[in-house]
Order: sequence, then structure tokens, then C-alpha cells
Amino acid sequence: MDFWVNCLVVLIAMTNLRLLGSSRVVSCVHTVAFQGVLLGVLAIVGASGGLAAHGIVLAAVNIVLKGLVFPWLLMRALRETHLRREVEPAIGFGASMLLGVLLIGICLWIGSRLPLPVGVQASPLLVPAALFTLMVGLFMIVAGRKALTQVVGYLSIENGITAFGLGFALKEALLVELGILLDAFMAVFVMGIIIFHISREFDHIDAGELSALKD
Amino acid sequence: MDATQLIHPLLALALAPLMAGIVNKTKSAFAGRNGPPVLQPYRDLWRLLHKGAVYSRTTSWILRAGPIVSLAAVVTALAMLPFGGTAAPLSFAGDLIVFAYLFGLVRFLMVAAALDTGSSFEGMGASREVTFSALAEPALLLALAALARMAGSPSLSGLLAGAVANPAVSIPVLLLAAAAVGIVLLAENARIPVDDPNTHLELTMIHEVMILDTSGPDLAFAGYAALLKQWAFAALLVGVLVPWRTGVLWADVALALAAMAAVAVGIGVVESTMARLRLVRVPQLLLAAVACAALAVVLVLR
Repeated sequence: MDFWVNCLVVLIAMTNLRLLGSSRVVSCVHTVAFQGVLLGVLAIVGASGGLAAHGIVLAAVNIVLKGLVFPWLLMRALRETHLRREVEPAIGFGASMLLGVLLIGICLWIGSRLPLPVGVQASPLLVPAALFTLMVGLFMIVAGRKALTQVVGYLSIENGITAFGLGFALKEALLVELGILLDAFMAVFVMGIIIFHISREFDHIDAGELSALKD
Repeated sequence: MDATQLIHPLLALALAPLMAGIVNKTKSAFAGRNGPPVLQPYRDLWRLLHKGAVYSRTTSWILRAGPIVSLAAVVTALAMLPFGGTAAPLSFAGDLIVFAYLFGLVRFLMVAAALDTGSSFEGMGASREVTFSALAEPALLLALAALARMAGSPSLSGLLAGAVANPAVSIPVLLLAAAAVGIVLLAENARIPVDDPNTHLELTMIHEVMILDTSGPDLAFAGYAALLKQWAFAALLVGVLVPWRTGVLWADVALALAAMAAVAVGIGVVESTMARLRLVRVPQLLLAAVACAALAVVLVLR
């Protein structure tokens, strides 16, 4: 079991690197969806001591919402805004990739110092991977210039939080997790609509232009 | 020295062109063509060996030395690789660095030979080759370093010995190292996301442009060296990805050969389904390989 958890965690870390390195908005959306599916599988595989019903519910909701619904919503927003397909980040791909490697190092360091609650049997790689996913999400929000890549960054943060939650307290977390997922769903739904409106109003969704706005 | 140690070098010398044939056959199958026969690379080499060589008067001995020394260096590097259950004929502490830099020697000589012709076109290819390999090299060395640290052995034989002591830790490292080695394999052997092996006289090619002024037996040597280099990287990838041993010699060798064929088909599939990357995007791909290898190192070190 530990073996599969480790494989999944490494795969999640690799999807983060792909998020940093991919130049197309579409592939960003697909990657973050794949990450969500991986998290769902992780919830099933990582459930120690047999599968509880809530574990399956959580995994199923994760997979359906993050693997199918979110990408569908985002692809619709992408289609309707007639967006240029390149990501055009403020920080170049090579630099982001190197920053990603740096972030991995930092996350592993933090993960090794972070005191875990007693009795938690998480894989030693899970916490660093969750932190890394979170930080990549933050980085995408800061460095991305398109509103859509910022939504992808938001989803990546959400994935990081889910991964973090999977490591701990699988017993009580069902309601909390479902609440977060519902929030994320509403957020993506609203963001899709807002992106559409922004692009209709301004003919672009470049967040960099926001700084030029005056009231 | 054990006779079984010679199995891999002999297999490599005999079957490296066949691997290119399998790649071409896979690509043809994807394109819906019959394609050239699987044995076509052998015929090409045979034909080239029977031709005379033409040397430009502006070139020096460097152009002639390039293909011959490359072939010798690649064969030496092959001798350091264990394959299947067979041990490598050459094995000493630190041979992984010699392995990496024998390919560095090949690259240096091919680049020097390309520059020796004085053709600006070949100089351009040489410049690209050097730029990209400067990024491929850290990926390969970091991946090898991670594997060496994990196996606790500073030689290629020990590193690929297949002792997977603790699968929970080692499999992620193996996967990451395999991803890095796989990307380096594509980049170093002028395969498609980096370079298109089919294009001639196009402004995007890298490897082909460097041997434009080589002819006859020299071209055969350069081509054969390139095929053997591809075999060496594929054998390294197979060594990383298929670490299991049955203990029976012929079964292990057969398993490794099947894995080599699978790698060849994989290269063909990648070439058929992907477009060549723009040249400015190639460093990003190689940086991804470096990132994977660095992640492997970090996982091993922690």
C-alpha cells in the first residue's frame, strides 16, 4: 500500500512540475484535473485499514468534481472567451521550472520539521507533496497573467489542501472535506461566469491590466 | 572474465540497427504505410561501407577522426552497461561518470568535425547540439547520482544490479530517474520532440546537419555510432525500468531484449503522436528532465 501511495505522491509532484512548465492553458486545465483524479485515487489507496464508506464517497466526489466538472466548466469559459491559447506567464517557463525544483526542496525541508499529530500514519512524502501543490498554486496565481490560469492556481491550492487533509483525520474530515469541495465548486462556477463577463467587457482576461484601473 | 559478459556488447553491435528498424516500422504503422523493411538500417550501413569517401580540401584530420573515434567511444561506453542478468565487461568505481563523458567525447568530436568543414550550416547544428546537450547532461548525471546513492554503489553495474531493497522508497526514485533518462534518450539521439531524424536540409535539424559533409564509410561509422548510442541509452532506461531478475540467464536476457523492443516501439509512438517542439521550447523539456532527476536526488537524500 505504501508503495502505491508513494507512486501517487510522486505523480502528483510531477503534475505540479507540468503545471509550471506547460505553455497551453488547455494543458494546464487538463493537468489540474488529472491531479484531482490522482487525489481521488490516493484517498482510496491511502485509506489504511480497509475502505470506509466516507473514504469512497470522498474519492468519488473528488474524481467527479475535479476530474470532470471543473475541467468542463473551465473549458466552457475558455471556449466562450476566445482566449489565445498560450499561457504568457510573467515569469518564464525555464525560471518557473527551476523555482519549482527549489520549492520541492523547501517543501521537503518544511515537511521534515513540521510536527505531525501523534498517531497519524501518513506517508513521509505526503506532507511535502501537499505543501508543494499548495505553493505551486500560489505561484500560478502570482505569476499567471490570465484570469483562467489563476483559477487553475486556485484549484491547485485546493488540491494541496485536500492532499493535506487526506494525510490526517480521515475519520472526522468527511463533512469538512465535502464543505470545501462545495465551496470550490461554487468558486469555479462563479469564476467561470466572471471570466466570461470580464472578457466580454474588456476583450481580454489579462489580470496585469487590472493595475491600470482607477476609480 | 566470464564469457557471458560478452553477451551484451555482441547483442548491441548486432541488434542496434534492428532497433532503428523497429522504430521506423512503428512510425510507418501509425502512418498507415508498409514502411521500409525492419532490416533496412543494416542495408544502409552495408551500402555506405562499400562507397568511397570524399573529403573537402578545406578539412583536416579532425573530420576523418570524428566518426572513427565516436564509434570507438560508444563501444567502450557499451562495455560498461550491464544488461539483463549479464555483468558488464568493464566495471569500476565511478564508471558512470566515464560513461556520461564518453558520450561527451563523442559530442565534442562530432561538433569539432562539423566545425572543421567550415560550413556555416553545420556550425549552426553544432551550436544547437552543444546548447541542448549542456542541459541534457545534468539530467543524466543527476539521475545516475540518485540511482548510485540509492544502490550505494558508485559503478553502473552495481547501480543497475536490480537490487530493489525497499520498493516503497525506491520505485518513485526509479520512476523519476526513468523519466529523466527517457527524455535524455530522446534529446541525445535526435528523436522527435527535440530533433526530427527524417528532415534533411531543413533549418531545424541538429544531428543530421552535423554529418552533412561526411560520406561513405565515415557516414556509416557515424550512423552506426548514433545507433549504438541509442541502444546504450535504451539499455540504461531498460536497466532502470526493469530491475527484476529471474536468475535464469537466458530468461533475463530475453526479458531485457523484449523491454528494448518495447522502448523502440515507445520511441516510434512518441514520434508518431507528437510534433517536434519549437527550438525555444526544447530547453524547457530538458529542464523538466533536470527537475525530475533533481526530485529523485532529493528523495534519495532525505
